[in-house]
Formats: sequence, C-alpha cells, structure tokens
Amino acid sequence: MNVPDDLRYAKSHEWLRADGTVGITDHAQHELSDVVFVDLPAVGKVVKAGEVICVVESVKAASDIYAPVSGKVVATNPGLATNPAFVNTDPYGEGWMFKLELANLAERDALMDAAAYRAATGE
Amino acid sequence: MSDSADLKRTPLHAEHVRLGGKMIGFGGWDMPVQYTGIMDEHHAVRKALGVFDISHMGQFFAKGADAAAWLNAMLTNNVNKLAVGHGQYTLMLNERGGVIDDLIIYRIADTEWLLVVNAAKIDEDFAWLNPRVPSGVALENRSDEFFGLAVQGPRAAEWFGKFTGGKTAPARNGIVQIEVGGVPLFLGRTGYTGEDGFEVFGPAADAVKVLGAVLAAGAEFGIKPCGLGARDTLRMEMCYPLNGNDLSPERTPIEAGVGFFVDLEKGDFTGRAVLAEQKAAGVKERLTAFKMIGATPPPRSHYAIWKDGAQIGETCSGGLSPSLGCGIGLAYLPVEFAKPGTAIEIDIRGRRFPAQVEKKPLHRGGTAG
Repeated sequence: MNVPDDLRYAKSHEWLRADGTVGITDHAQHELSDVVFVDLPAVGKVVKAGEVICVVESVKAASDIYAPVSGKVVATNPGLATNPAFVNTDPYGEGWMFKLELANLAERDALMDAAAYRAATGE
Repeated sequence: MSDSADLKRTPLHAEHVRLGGKMIGFGGWDMPVQYTGIMDEHHAVRKALGVFDISHMGQFFAKGADAAAWLNAMLTNNVNKLAVGHGQYTLMLNERGGVIDDLIIYRIADTEWLLVVNAAKIDEDFAWLNPRVPSGVALENRSDEFFGLAVQGPRAAEWFGKFTGGKTAPARNGIVQIEVGGVPLFLGRTGYTGEDGFEVFGPAADAVKVLGAVLAAGAEFGIKPCGLGARDTLRMEMCYPLNGNDLSPERTPIEAGVGFFVDLEKGDFTGRAVLAEQKAAGVKERLTAFKMIGATPPPRSHYAIWKDGAQIGETCSGGLSPSLGCGIGLAYLPVEFAKPGTAIEIDIRGRRFPAQVEKKPLHRGGTAG
C-alpha cells in the first residue's frame, strides 16, 4: 500500500495534507473498492474532529468519512461528481475530497505520521 | 469489521483466502464478498463466466411414494409437473401466505426429491418441515455433506462440455448426476444471475478438488471467482427477490411478484386460502422495480420512498447496477404507484433523489433461457 511520507493520518483512514486537503488512504480505498459516488459536504460546513463529514458509496455499501481535524469546509473536489473512481485510482491526488480550514493546528500534530499509519495497518 | 470467530465456514474457505477473497459475514457464514472487485466480477458473469461458492446453501432430500403429495401441500408450485431430472422454483409459506423461504426443487428419481434452500434458512426450514412429515415420507437435512458451486455466464454451456468431458448438458432447470474425476456430482442448470449456468453439488470432502477442476475447465472461457457482492448486483438487475430483503413472512408471493410459481389449481397447500383471496380481490402493494434518474448515490435497503409529498414505502433491496450504470432497487409500493414510468423519490440521508418505476427485469438480454 502507498503511504506518502508528507501526510498525516487518522485512525479512521483519512489523510490530511499541510494545506488542509483531506482524502482517504490507499488502504481505505482498497478496502472499499469500486467507489461509485461521493456525497461531498457543503462548503461552509463546520465540523469537529471525529465527526461524520461525508459518505462514500462503493458498489456494496455506504461508508462514513470522518473529519480528521476540526474546521470549516472551504472547498470540495468537483472532479468526483463525474469520476468517483478517482478515489480508487489516485487516492492522494485526483481523489482528494475536501479542504478544511483548520480550527486548531494541534489536532493535526496529534494525527499519525506515515510510519505510525503503516504500523497501524500492518504494512 | 465483524468478528469472524462465530461464523461458519464452507469447505472452500481456505481457497477463498488463497485466491484473495475479502471475507465478510453473511447469514451466519464467513463468505467472500469479492476477489478483484464487484464490478469486475459482475461483468465477467455478464460477458463470460464466473464461479460462486454456494456451499452455504442447504440440501434437503425427501423420499417416498407419498413425497410428491406432501411436497405439493408444503410448497406453492406443482411438483407433479416435474419429470425425473427436472426442477422448478417454488416457495414455502406460512399459514398467512407469507414466505418462509424460496427454493429450487429437483425430481432426482421417481420418488426422490432434492430441495436447495437458502443458507440462512436451513434450520428454520427444516424445523418447519420436519414435524409435518407424514408416514411414508423420509426427509433428511444433508446440508453439511455437500459443497456447492454456481458456474454462471454466457460461456457456461461450453464450460460444461469441457468440465464433463463432453457429456450432454441438461436443459434449463434440468439436473444430471454424473461423475467427474471420480467425484459424484449433481449438476443443475439454473442460477441466480440471469445468465446461463449450472449449480454443482458434491461431497464436501471433494470441494477443493472440484473447484480446481471447475477453474481449469473454465480458464479458456475467462472464468473468474466471484463473491457475494456480484451475486447481489446480478440478481438485483434481474429483480430476483432475496429472502430476508424482498421476501418475508409478512408478504405473499403474489405481492412479491412471483405468483407465476404458485399453482392454485393443484389442491390445497399451506397459505393457499390467502393467496386465492388476493388473486381474486387484487393486492394493495406489489414488489416493484425502480431506477434512479441522473447522478445520485445508490439506494440501499430501508430508504424511504416518496410520491407527491407523502411517504409511500421503503426500499427492500438497493444498489448500483454495473450493467445500467445507475442506482436500482426493489420496493413494495401501492399498486397505483407500481406502473412503469411512475416518478418517485428516494430519501438518501435526508435528501430526496428522483427515481422511476421500471418494468422487470431491469437488465435485459441475459442468456438464461
């Protein structure tokens, strides 16, 4: 599995980039497989770390996506409306989901680094 | 993730893991939901060939001169229509006409019958039937003795020739008993996908060996191991009801749209009075197929259905149709809203999305005869 070193990771398998961009990990997309719809959050939505922020639909099931940190949604990925499979094919690139304006930078530091996430997923 | 410790395993469990199957709990069994992906496996079955482990399904054997009369009193279809080597889809009802289980019954000898029942219903079915067995009939639950494989797809007939060394395949709904590689097998020409195909039952101890032979014979036809995920999308496109989702003890076969498999003329059977009345007076609700309009999340079970600002029902089955590329589902709807073309709305996480009632089946052009 691909676990980029420059990202932080939540136990619930979301990644967070330094600029606030969030997506799900390669491990998570592999577990879900065949993503067919991403129900993105509304821009402006305010969430607390650990809250359900949006839903990813695979062929088999709907899965909750959690906010890795607290903040406000400032952008969502328009490309996922026509190409939800980006979540599978490019989870750290074209498959990004939304961008948060962080409420508390300390929450980012509390997330796992790549080595810890690799260990947590048995990589 | 569910705890797999309490789940039963089929004789092919280790093979699934070896072949890369992702295991999930289903009806008390630890089963592969997919290997490479549901989409992939779905299309393999629609275009070429796939093989499913159906060892979790149950096998009952009924024997005796009076077995036919008894089975006709227990089941909705008419077993007297079956010659030896033929089978039919049928339903077992409670006294209220509600569905306990749907199953395939084969006449494997003049006075011997094979019933293939749903995995999650083996104990319940046997507990219902066993106390009702009259003298002169022997009923056995031999589910643990058998493995089962469903080989499904437009290339199934070619596969059969290769697998059996050129034996004659049974016609649709027929069954043959033959030895392949020294293993005695039942091969019934039926399935749950809408494509041509066979269900293979044999001794559990030979399951791994037979799966190997099935895959080897299917290699040139592009056979893929398939999981329960594709099994569900394939059957949903065909609008085949799934017991527990679309069939229930509270719904009759007439309401479920499988009245074709009910013979009201054959004499009395459990639930008949209710069905006869429904047939005469009409039903209030009917299991109806729908598809989503435009880009929407796929519907799932138990989503509310709306029409003109009022809730008119909820989804039973739902998901994405890989063949149609949109969300589809089945729901009991009042008959006035069950007409194809009727616009409805599905509530998905608090938002209503447009959908339309469709004629069954949702997928056309399958190779099942």
